[in-house]
Amino acid sequence: MARAQVPLLNERSASGRIGAMPPVSDVPDLPLETILPAAQLRGEPLDLPEVSEPDLVRHYTQLSHRNYAIDLGFYPLGSCTMKYNPKLNEDAARLPGFARLHPYAPEAVTQGALRLLVDLEAMLAEITGMEHVTFQPAAGAQGELTALMLIRAYFAERGERRTRVIVPDSAHGTNPASAAMCGFEVAEVRSDARGNIDVDALRAAADDRLAALMLTNPNTLGLFEERITEIEEIIHGCGAQLYLDGANFNAILGVTRPGDQGFDVMHMNLHKTFSTPHGGGGPGAGPVAVKGHLAPYLPVPVVVRDGDRCRLEYDRPKTIGKIRSFYGNFGVLVRAYAYIRSYGPLLRQVAEAAVLNANYLLALLRPAFDLPYDRPCKHEFVLAGTRQKRETGATTKDIAKRLLDYGFHAPTVYFPLIVEEAMLIEPTETETRAAIEAFAQALLAVAEECRTNTELVRTAPHTTVVTRLDEVTAARHPDLRWASGTARSG
Amino acid sequence: MNPWTPHKYIPLTDADRRDMLRAVGAATIEDLFTDVPRSVRLLRALALPPVPSDADLLRELRGLSERNGDADRYACFLGAGAYDHFIPSVVWHLAGRSEFYTAYTPYQAEIMQGELQATYEYQSLLCALTGMDVANASMYDGASATAEAAVMARDLTRRDEVVVSSAVHPEYRQVIRTYTRHLGMVVRDLPHQGGVTPAALARDLLSERTAALIIQQPNFLGGLEEMGALAEVAHAVGALLVVAAADPVAYALLKPPGEWGADIVAGEGQPLGNHLNFGGPYLGMLATRQAFVRRMPGRLVGQTVDTQGRRGFVLTLQTREQHIRRERATSNICTNEALNALAAAIYMAALGRGGLRQVAEVCARKAHYARQRLAQVPGFRPAFEGPTFHEFVLRCPRSPEEINQRLLDAGMIGGLALGRFYPDLRDGWLLCVTENRTREEIDRLAQTLEAMR
Repeated sequence: MARAQVPLLNERSASGRIGAMPPVSDVPDLPLETILPAAQLRGEPLDLPEVSEPDLVRHYTQLSHRNYAIDLGFYPLGSCTMKYNPKLNEDAARLPGFARLHPYAPEAVTQGALRLLVDLEAMLAEITGMEHVTFQPAAGAQGELTALMLIRAYFAERGERRTRVIVPDSAHGTNPASAAMCGFEVAEVRSDARGNIDVDALRAAADDRLAALMLTNPNTLGLFEERITEIEEIIHGCGAQLYLDGANFNAILGVTRPGDQGFDVMHMNLHKTFSTPHGGGGPGAGPVAVKGHLAPYLPVPVVVRDGDRCRLEYDRPKTIGKIRSFYGNFGVLVRAYAYIRSYGPLLRQVAEAAVLNANYLLALLRPAFDLPYDRPCKHEFVLAGTRQKRETGATTKDIAKRLLDYGFHAPTVYFPLIVEEAMLIEPTETETRAAIEAFAQALLAVAEECRTNTELVRTAPHTTVVTRLDEVTAARHPDLRWASGTARSG
Repeated sequence: MNPWTPHKYIPLTDADRRDMLRAVGAATIEDLFTDVPRSVRLLRALALPPVPSDADLLRELRGLSERNGDADRYACFLGAGAYDHFIPSVVWHLAGRSEFYTAYTPYQAEIMQGELQATYEYQSLLCALTGMDVANASMYDGASATAEAAVMARDLTRRDEVVVSSAVHPEYRQVIRTYTRHLGMVVRDLPHQGGVTPAALARDLLSERTAALIIQQPNFLGGLEEMGALAEVAHAVGALLVVAAADPVAYALLKPPGEWGADIVAGEGQPLGNHLNFGGPYLGMLATRQAFVRRMPGRLVGQTVDTQGRRGFVLTLQTREQHIRRERATSNICTNEALNALAAAIYMAALGRGGLRQVAEVCARKAHYARQRLAQVPGFRPAFEGPTFHEFVLRCPRSPEEINQRLLDAGMIGGLALGRFYPDLRDGWLLCVTENRTREEIDRLAQTLEAMR
């Protein structure tokens, strides 16, 4: 990684530079005031930096050298499924017929795009065991919100007033946040000693006020809900809906289908399970798959196929409306389509390799760390840094920071919330055995350093372009932009 | 042990698999799935099409893409929330670096300084363009960003009604309704008059119960709003002014919302260096006043120092967010549109102060020319009187849908037929002319309309 600091863009600016040759007007030159009223015009000049194209290329290339990424190395960020992002899929999404297609272009010239959506829906329906899919949600959290709105609409039509949603205490934070945005009261149900939802507590909480259980399966501990059939009976027995947070779908592709487990509705994270790039934070896509009884409420439009013609259907009287403009993150959907096509029935091997890699890594690491739930895991597992903290004072945060010195991204830390000093580790199926072993060696070496050189761990990282950053001051005195006027003065 | 079919994305060999299974104490892969009850197992292969070669898969995708009429092959006069601006090559050469696009949210700041600094720069650039104090690291798109702005206004004012101009993008208005429906909020429509939001009517509709007046500038019908008057109307009753932007490029030329007194700017950043992509991924923008920062949804990057006093960047003010505050968070948003924000930053920096203004000015000049030229075609006339930026509505002598069909044969994609959103504008046709349209294309559009009988 580049050691030197990279100046901010405004610090690279000098009056008179430009990084792109701007357009030239080819229509008659009228005084601007005859086109636009003076009162509407910007008074102050636009305060953007002025940099040449070579400057700009160096700037962002240097910044890119200060970034960790899947293409650089192992990225075991649990719950995020940081698998390899195929290059063919990038080429596909950049084809002009997709990238340069306007969303309101007449249907006669969007048939290729619509057909891709129809076929992707059919493939996802087969993979999930569900019946219909909406592609509108832009990310997993928006998929959760959409799914809960479908459930609300379903009960509203049936005249049932159900105001509560249950989430397990191991759930992603987005689950309760989405429930609140959908106007539900959130009830938390604890996990049992095996790391699954406490079925007795669930049974006690399931009543006629319950709208849905939001379940992640495998859950955020990387454990399959062994009593899924009982859970399904409890939820449907009280008339509620069973919702799957599909964040961890990678573990069960082709092995078991959510529809067959009894889920009524689920969201998928295409940027996790289906390999679309995470983009440094996004874009993702969070399509929602439903059983038939929820289909009337799906956001509009839905894509339908009549023989050889595909069309967007808006006339859906029971729809919840729109959750996002247009049809969702289409460019992400193209990549997911390419990914699924590239595996076909072999998708099951993805789950098998992901689960094998996770169990292998767990076997390598278990001697050195506490393992709160000692079971075969699915695609990820949780270790606890409790032993290290108790014996040496080094916390999970310290261990994570020290791992950076070894050239690895750290696991997800302090999540799920129910495990003290948690490290959530997900290797994915796209890693070599050697990469997994190298990571294990590094983490074991850090565990050893906790005992032999605690200070080294507690002050890590040491080899990165910056050392630990002052987060307290950042939050107390937020500096969220460069000072205005500084780009101009450069 | 059944052999796996070799696959390019899975590096484990059969030998690896054998050794690793032994190491974990399992005889077969199946042993790792014993926790999945047999009754819910899929006991057959997924019924998916067989695996193609790479060449065949790309051929299939190219075939699908070529059935689409893209803006390279057709002269595209559509805007309406998605804009065909020229994207300099440098933008996606840089945003397309895999150090950026194969990373995720910068949770480990020390090894993610590139993403964090780039986001801080994006926040700074967007503030400069909109005239606001702070911008977040991105939302999903213009519609959901505007809906989140409505919810944010409710939280800030503790009032539960928003008044939304009908000159705001109809899909944004639909998403506002979807987002607010279950929060006990009331959405009231403020009908446009003559293509702009009438301040006098707004004054009648707004009250002490109003959290926000939501308008769009330039508005969906192409018109420029009476920003000063509308800001005054909102503030007079203690409501916030939320300005949705469908094309922020306009603010390089027009007075930005911040200077008019906007409290929140929400909208669509796609026009800043992002492709049309058949509607997504796009870039939700959200910017506000300094005083409101702790009620913002979404991620924020702040500047700070490391233990040695060196400048560095971190995710900050995270106690607003779902992973900490759960059901009491300002929003459920987690994954955002970081890569699109990166592209927007590169785009703004590439064009810079003078270049972006030039883009906006050329749009305005060409659109003005087109409006004048098309108004000379018999039967066509501008629907509204007022000034416009790069979009305008024409009333047509025949159905705009039919016109659009016939334009396809001439290699052109016409404007948006407004009847689907505005029943009283069934003959209304919303056209957009960006800098990418040439005078020749505009003249050809006029001549083709003249020749239509």
